[in-house]
Amino acid sequence: MIRMAPDGIKEVVPPLSDADVEALRAGDRVRITGVLYTGRDAAHARFLPLMDEEKPLPIDVRGQIIYYTGPSPARPGMVIGSVGPTTGSRMDKYAPRLLALGLKGMMGKGSRSLEVREALRRHKGVYFGAVGGAGAILSQFVKRAEVIAYEDLGTEAIRRLEVEGFPAIVVNDCHGGDLYEEGMRQYAR
Amino acid sequence: MREIHVSAITDAVKKLCMEANYELEPDMLRAFDRALQTERSPAGRQVLQMLKDNAQLAKTRKIPYCQDTGFVVCFVELGQDVHVAGGLLGDAIDEGVRQGYTEGYLRASIVKSPFDRKNTGDNTPAVVHLELVPGPQLKIMVMAKGGGCENRSKFKMLTPADGLEGVKGWILECIRTAGPDACPPLILGVGVGGTFEKAALLSKKALFRELGSPNPDPAVDAIEKEVLERANRLGIGPQGYGGDTTALGIHILTYPCHITSLPVAVTIECHAHRHKEVTL
Repeated sequence: MIRMAPDGIKEVVPPLSDADVEALRAGDRVRITGVLYTGRDAAHARFLPLMDEEKPLPIDVRGQIIYYTGPSPARPGMVIGSVGPTTGSRMDKYAPRLLALGLKGMMGKGSRSLEVREALRRHKGVYFGAVGGAGAILSQFVKRAEVIAYEDLGTEAIRRLEVEGFPAIVVNDCHGGDLYEEGMRQYAR
Repeated sequence: MREIHVSAITDAVKKLCMEANYELEPDMLRAFDRALQTERSPAGRQVLQMLKDNAQLAKTRKIPYCQDTGFVVCFVELGQDVHVAGGLLGDAIDEGVRQGYTEGYLRASIVKSPFDRKNTGDNTPAVVHLELVPGPQLKIMVMAKGGGCENRSKFKMLTPADGLEGVKGWILECIRTAGPDACPPLILGVGVGGTFEKAALLSKKALFRELGSPNPDPAVDAIEKEVLERANRLGIGPQGYGGDTTALGIHILTYPCHITSLPVAVTIECHAHRHKEVTL
């Protein structure tokens, strides 16, 4: 679901439909409330043979957002440690197939490949950017965190996060928009 | 001969690792303030403000500034009149890393083998560069080096014919290709001269210079300033969202080189520029 907040920022509440994704445009500031699943290099590498054999993944990705992050350990009494985004391009190899399975959103930082951007268009997906290196602040938007798969991977395990008002920006939309390209064009001198 | 016990080295490294991850140095905070005054992009200003707030929260709550708490790169200047007693210097450093990362709730980001990729669980080992210097002191410089930006670091063997313009062009090319992936605003450590490995080493060491301070060599200082100015006209901006603040500083170290060579290494560092040093 997408709803417009009084301050003009779009509130993103997974699960997302095709129509939700179509309503998002590169450069839109958003706040995400609800569930995010974390996953990065090692977890994605384990998805690959499962997808090859058409076996179920440990999470049902349909309508969901995967957040590329490996949090630092939580101090006692804290929900989670520092939890900023990691570079999205390292998951380019896996993303088109996850989008084909119904994944709607990915969140990370940095550019995605042409193949991923094309897959966003074809399968109606969106790539959000979170502010890299702002992991301490971003931890404050996480209200619950639990490991739900691949615990042996430590920081790279799959976690289910419940977030409230998590700030992000639309980098790649499903219409071919790319904030990085547009932003650079606008400010290059 | 002055004796320094390994336990003092372990304690120092432990403290430096923890402090580096919670507290950005004042030179970085000043650089954010300077950038906020010149940045035209509203999204860019929001990012810079968020980084300032992030630094404040990290310091007060002792939450790492970035979840990637880095590979510990340690430059050690060992005085020739110092005897390290009670064990091995390298072991003492690794023990400091182990204690700092475990007790400081810092992320374990190192895998034992690049091929089997099993996490060592305590962020060891460190990468240690040892230099012998005159005197009875031991200086330890610690950097918690993030992986995302390190992945964008590059090296190129230019030719003498490429010259200074070639060097400037290559640094700018490195910034352009690092783009949004390496978490701009960036700091560039550049090593020019020496051999393949010497240039790379210089590019890392160059990052320890105080941000915003002039290069001691006026000619090299002028090069740094020119390339920085050109970098900030690329338009990449904070986080790559578009803007005027693509880089906060370019630090160049040089070394004599062979008549055939012009090696240039560029270490890309993100705004989570975490470094601390101590002299024992």
